Amino acid sequence: MTTLTISLRVNGIEETHEIPVNQTLLSFLRDTLDLTGAKEGCNEGECGACLVLLDGRAVNACLTLAVEANGREVTTIEGLGHAGDLHPLQAAFLKHAAVQCGFCTPGMIIAALGLLRDNPDPSEEEVRWAMSGNLCRCTGYRQILDAVQEAAAVMRGDPAPEAAP
Amino acid sequence: MSEPRWIGQDVPRIDGLEKVTGAARYTADLKFPRLLHAHVVRSPHAHARVLDVRVEKALRVPGVRATATGREFPFHTGIYLKDQTVFATDRVRYWGDAVAAVAAETPEAAAEAAALVEVEYEPLPAIFEVEEGLAPGAALVHPDLGRYECVPWVTPRPGTNVCNHLKMRKGDYEGALASCAHVFENTFQVPQVQHVPLESHVAVARADLAGKVEVFTSAQSPFTVRHLLCTCFSLPHGDVRVTVPAVGGGFGGKAGIGIEPIVVALATKTRGRWVRLWIERAEEFYATVVRQGLTATLVSGVDQKGKVQAQKLHFLWNCGAYGGYGVNVVRAAGYTCGGAYEFPHVWGDSIGVYTNRPVGSAYRGFGMSEIHWALEQQMEMVARELGIDPVEFRLRNCLGPGKSTVTGQVLDEHSGRVDRCIERVAEMLDLRPDRPRTPYRGKGMACAVKAPAMPNDASSSVVLKFAEDGVLEVLISGIDYGQGLKTVAAQYAAEALDLPMESIRVRGNPDTDLSPYDWQTVASRQTWATGNAVLRGAEELKTQLFAMAAQALAVPATELRCQNGSVVHDASGRALPITRLAMGYQYPDGHTIGGPVAAAASFVPEGLIFLDPETGQSPKPVAKWTFGAQAIEVVVDPETGQYRVERVAACYDVGKVVNPGMIRGQTYGGVMQGLGTGMMEELIVEKPSGRVANASLMDYKIPSTEDLPPEILVDYVETPQADGPLGARGIGEHTMIPTAAALANAIFDACGVRILEMPITAEKVLAGLKKVRSDPGSGSGSHPPESEASEER
Repeated sequence: MTTLTISLRVNGIEETHEIPVNQTLLSFLRDTLDLTGAKEGCNEGECGACLVLLDGRAVNACLTLAVEANGREVTTIEGLGHAGDLHPLQAAFLKHAAVQCGFCTPGMIIAALGLLRDNPDPSEEEVRWAMSGNLCRCTGYRQILDAVQEAAAVMRGDPAPEAAP
Repeated sequence: MSEPRWIGQDVPRIDGLEKVTGAARYTADLKFPRLLHAHVVRSPHAHARVLDVRVEKALRVPGVRATATGREFPFHTGIYLKDQTVFATDRVRYWGDAVAAVAAETPEAAAEAAALVEVEYEPLPAIFEVEEGLAPGAALVHPDLGRYECVPWVTPRPGTNVCNHLKMRKGDYEGALASCAHVFENTFQVPQVQHVPLESHVAVARADLAGKVEVFTSAQSPFTVRHLLCTCFSLPHGDVRVTVPAVGGGFGGKAGIGIEPIVVALATKTRGRWVRLWIERAEEFYATVVRQGLTATLVSGVDQKGKVQAQKLHFLWNCGAYGGYGVNVVRAAGYTCGGAYEFPHVWGDSIGVYTNRPVGSAYRGFGMSEIHWALEQQMEMVARELGIDPVEFRLRNCLGPGKSTVTGQVLDEHSGRVDRCIERVAEMLDLRPDRPRTPYRGKGMACAVKAPAMPNDASSSVVLKFAEDGVLEVLISGIDYGQGLKTVAAQYAAEALDLPMESIRVRGNPDTDLSPYDWQTVASRQTWATGNAVLRGAEELKTQLFAMAAQALAVPATELRCQNGSVVHDASGRALPITRLAMGYQYPDGHTIGGPVAAAASFVPEGLIFLDPETGQSPKPVAKWTFGAQAIEVVVDPETGQYRVERVAACYDVGKVVNPGMIRGQTYGGVMQGLGTGMMEELIVEKPSGRVANASLMDYKIPSTEDLPPEILVDYVETPQADGPLGARGIGEHTMIPTAAALANAIFDACGVRILEMPITAEKVLAGLKKVRSDPGSGSGSHPPESEASEER
């Protein structure tokens, strides 16, 4: 197996690893770095559970080779927040009961983050479109869309919204 | 108990933090040293004899550590009817049937070796439809049906393809039908669909040198997996340990037992090594389990007053290749065949038929979505034919206190009120007959009912114990795979002991070596069963706390109560914080009484009576019913047949709303899953190969954000369930039961096209539009008035 050495920043930390050239970014994150927040739902770019940010843009890690991330910046769900210091998207997902089984949640949050970086004040239609590649079988999406809108407002610094309906 | 403090509150999901941070570990996230990877060899035939399986070439692939075949593991599995073996032995019964498996050091080596397993087949005639399966002289999918082990309440018919038949006979159907003014007959179809959990099936197992088998699996029922592994491999229960980490969705597809026997078989041949079988997305579609197909023929006899007097229901279930679990779907459909209605005279048959299709099993709703697709369209069609408002027609015929179900059970004031749900959704979406009309915009509704379909002794137990920090730890073995069970269990514990939420920790993710027994997380039974067990356990904790506190405070135990983390005595104003009692109470001089406070408690439904085998009659066949209704508004494009769901209204009598945010989530999720099956989902099985043609998320679409209707209105009725924890009853499955039928009724209202075969694709609507345009004179009741397909005979 041909290998290559890659150097990249993952969640702000410099990583250098010798990896097989055909290793996907998803496998590199999950198997090599033990960052298992990005999930494998279909391995063909159809479900969005493996989304990560590559230089700030959401990509399917299952369809990206790890070598493509060489010299670049990767952000996974583990890079967003933690207990006591959650990202506004994570807090909003909790508040709006937008999480059920949780398997799609990391990908959903990353998709929303990618959207909000480009478009801090999206309409509901824009959120629906941006997240249409992220499948969820549990929630029916309603509370996820509500959570994204509220997080967007928080991230813009809008006045505190009313309590969740 | 006074006004609830925690039950009914929007308590945030207590396992939410780990899920939004990516910290939650699902089975495939766990790391195992020197993990071996499994690959399954699957049948390329729908039906064939297996003449020989040769693994020599596979074993020569570098990195391969073991193979396993049906010759080595001819052991039977199956929860109710043991009609399946770990691997096919003498025959394969569907395209994808497991024939052998390989364990290797890498997934690539395992796949390469699996392709080199040589299987010699002799193809047999395959059957795909129920009619073929029932035809005289049909090929038998299970010639050995009579030799399979089976629970007593399932009735397979050896020598045929019928794996179960439930008969429902109430009153005098033929006599009543003869005297009816109007008779209607229609046949409805439901295809096989897949659960599509975002996390596919995955299991990891190791058999060690001391004989212990450990399994980590994405499953709904760790104890049932353990029990069935033990019966399958003839192992004592102490030698099998099943742990369930976080589960990424199940919807019934991970109920009972699934892929675990395959990985355990391999593990017994690679002792000391962990083996993982992780089902790929394509395999998930055809080689795990699916929802059964249904062909339903309904005959309704209606009197002059618009009351259905005689109702016939003939259900033919397409069970696929194995019916181990599906036989109980057949049964549940039989004893619920009257839906939410009171029919005085009933002739019902629910018949499960083996075919050479993917394996039917439990799926959210357990047969109810399918039979409601038929019954709720039938009721709508009959009402319209008779010129009666469909809402009024439902209210005239629906069940309620004092009315009797198809089994002769007379409902009481605790049984839930479908009439209120009907009225509420009719109000929410304005279903008044004289409402304003717009061409090609229509509304329709459907009712829903479901009971937990389970053995009469299905139980749940819990352990409640205080930790050193005074926090109550609640051990449950129901699986929280998204429905919110951990949070609900915490709410019940907090309610019963008046503890703040931060003083409760719930330990789910059960380990059968350590956790209390729970039958299965299915049947919308967990809030009710585990909730009841928690309440009982809390009473025992109170007894222990009060005994200690009574001694310490020198007051009668009977005068004590819990208040916000303390045990208080109102008359004296004295109190002790639970933190001073949790590990036993210590007096100032050092002597200690009591000890760590802990209790175990359980719940099993009481008073359930088996159905009469010939008539299906029983005064109490199931523990409880949950009723509800949904209404849908659609706009149809007359040029293309495409349609848009604009609004949905849903209302259920849940007894008690335990957590408003989470019950809304269940309702939205169920509505969307119901719309998925109603609008777009269907497993396409090619003939004669039996190959599933759309086994990918590209070709088998499930709803996305783009399919979410602009408005989903929800409401709940609260008629307390007598044996429900603070009145609550199940809701998880019910939220998708009426959706597809309500959609079909809305489509008819919008454009006069009646779709009897699920799903409702644009192509079918367009074909229907063309048909009604070419025959415009036959309309009745739709808007614009066009033809109703219902046949009055």
